Amino acid sequence: MMVTMKKTSNAEDRHPFWDQADQLRKNKTAMAGLIIILVFVVCAILAPVLSPHNPIEASLYDQLKPPVWYEAGTSKNLLGTDDLGRDILSRILYGARVSLLVAVVSVGIAFFTGSLLGAISGYFKGFIDNIIMRIMDIILAFPHILLAIVMVAYLGPSLKNAMIAIGVIYIPRFARIVRGSVMEECEKDYVAAARAIGAKDMRIIFNAIFPNCLGPLIVQTTLGFASAILDAAALSFLGLGAQPPTPEWGAMIAMGRSLILRAWWVMTIPGLAILFAVLGFNLFGDGLRDALDPRMRD
Amino acid sequence: MSSSGRSNHKLWNQKLMLPYILRRILIMIPTLLGVSIIVFFMLHVTPGDPAELLLGERATDEALLQLREHLGLNEPLYIQYGMFLKRLLKGDLGETIWTRQKVWIEVKQRFPATIELSIAALIISCVFGIFFGIVSATKQYSILDYLSMIGALVGVSMPIFWLGLVLMLIFSLHLGWLPMSGRLSIGIELETITNIYSLDALLTGNWAAFKDAVWHLVLPAFTLSTIPMAIVARMTRSSMLEVLKQDYIKTARAKGLSRFAVTMKHAFRNALIPVVTTIGLQFGVLMGGAILTETIFAWPGVGKWMYDAVMQRDYMVIQGGTLFIAAMFVTINLVVDVLYAVINPRISVR
Repeated sequence: MMVTMKKTSNAEDRHPFWDQADQLRKNKTAMAGLIIILVFVVCAILAPVLSPHNPIEASLYDQLKPPVWYEAGTSKNLLGTDDLGRDILSRILYGARVSLLVAVVSVGIAFFTGSLLGAISGYFKGFIDNIIMRIMDIILAFPHILLAIVMVAYLGPSLKNAMIAIGVIYIPRFARIVRGSVMEECEKDYVAAARAIGAKDMRIIFNAIFPNCLGPLIVQTTLGFASAILDAAALSFLGLGAQPPTPEWGAMIAMGRSLILRAWWVMTIPGLAILFAVLGFNLFGDGLRDALDPRMRD
Repeated sequence: MSSSGRSNHKLWNQKLMLPYILRRILIMIPTLLGVSIIVFFMLHVTPGDPAELLLGERATDEALLQLREHLGLNEPLYIQYGMFLKRLLKGDLGETIWTRQKVWIEVKQRFPATIELSIAALIISCVFGIFFGIVSATKQYSILDYLSMIGALVGVSMPIFWLGLVLMLIFSLHLGWLPMSGRLSIGIELETITNIYSLDALLTGNWAAFKDAVWHLVLPAFTLSTIPMAIVARMTRSSMLEVLKQDYIKTARAKGLSRFAVTMKHAFRNALIPVVTTIGLQFGVLMGGAILTETIFAWPGVGKWMYDAVMQRDYMVIQGGTLFIAAMFVTINLVVDVLYAVINPRISVR
């Protein structure tokens, strides 16, 4: 056991994963992104522990308290309160949960559906491929986010429907990546070899071909998290996503909009939270792309 | 490439260009049909009676009956879809629920405002995006490069509805420099021709109105331009870096040409093609962003109209507006693709 481990750690036959990990570790901006993501995830998971107050409990004596650095601010509400006296810091922390949930669920929907459709498309080619790709074209015929808005308008405004809608509009991105790689890999000898030993289609797709397009898929997933958080916030801002009193960042901005002159912090702080979370995923996603997918490098 | 080679290529391309365009238009048809199917069936898979959804809760029985008859709601779905398509081809998008006006007329009234906003945003994003992209590429790894690339990343990571509100807070409410919303100040007279106010003001030589219209444009257009600006800047930078590595750039420098001349004449012109494509693809971003931007700045365009329709559950407007925007988007993408093929001699139209 020891012997074989030593052998694989030789520089020559090191798994390319370690080279990629090294490259990623040296990339300062990617690491900054990773740190932001970790902070975001920790906030989301530990929200009940970290939050000083209940995020949805109104406190009528604490309405519109400014942040602590103002004279009228108190250490009881570090980032101030909204018009119902709810603590903004607590709402931001719980909002991280909502955003993380949206990102994981909607990108998850897109990842699985898109990969499956792409794999089927690229593997079987011909008629099925044509049908699937035309459907993808139709989804792409709607300008970004419009289809999601329209879907939610019909399905009814709720966080669940917003996640479904965002998931659906992201399907083509994943389908295209997988289809392309599957088509490329299908030409190679190892697929012919797998076929020759009698492997079934699904087994070839998932055991032999799929691992080969993981790189671009991981990149797309990371960048997808970033845009899913943005799009979900936009839907909630328009009143089509999370409904009150859910502490969602986009919905908080919508609520703070009418208070823009009296209490700027109610609207501004959730926006900064969105900006940082999205920036984290974008920074890390760019670094991943440089490391994993040299073809797509800027 | 010799000049005869180039003209041969041109000839060859011209011969193939028409079939290429026709083929692209043919491919567009199933896509648009698909869009119409989606828009049509969304109404019918929504729980509840479509007639009631379309007319609203307070509709009279008589009106409901009339609409059911008109839309053939008692017929099987495929026949209903056929009728829907037939009306569409005649340009009939139905009537709005609240204002009882033809949807098509409302689109026509509002679209110029969206065009004005989108074009202004596109101009801003091109000018600044290309500028920062070139500066970044020529001074790679300098502070300027880092700053503009971080700026570009922040630009794509920012919720634009939030940026719009923050800009409004700073520039309209605190500093009072720019108007908060709308397209014209009250009391400014303008004779409308195209309904693109800044253009109309120019055409009628109305300077006061022109200044006012442009003044109203600044904040919403800048808000809408951030994402395309960031994308254009990144694309320009990477394309320029690619070109600056080429031998002919060294040759041009060795000939003694100034750095500026080399950058602009030799490098930038060659780096332009991918940038132009990227710019063309930004229309989708702009159309989607227009819904958010127009809502915030009360800009009376198609985006705000769609948002209002979603809020009031005016499904006729949602249906018609979605079809219209998707059709515009597909058409613009087609035009961009064709222009791309025309500009770029290296692309084969096969």
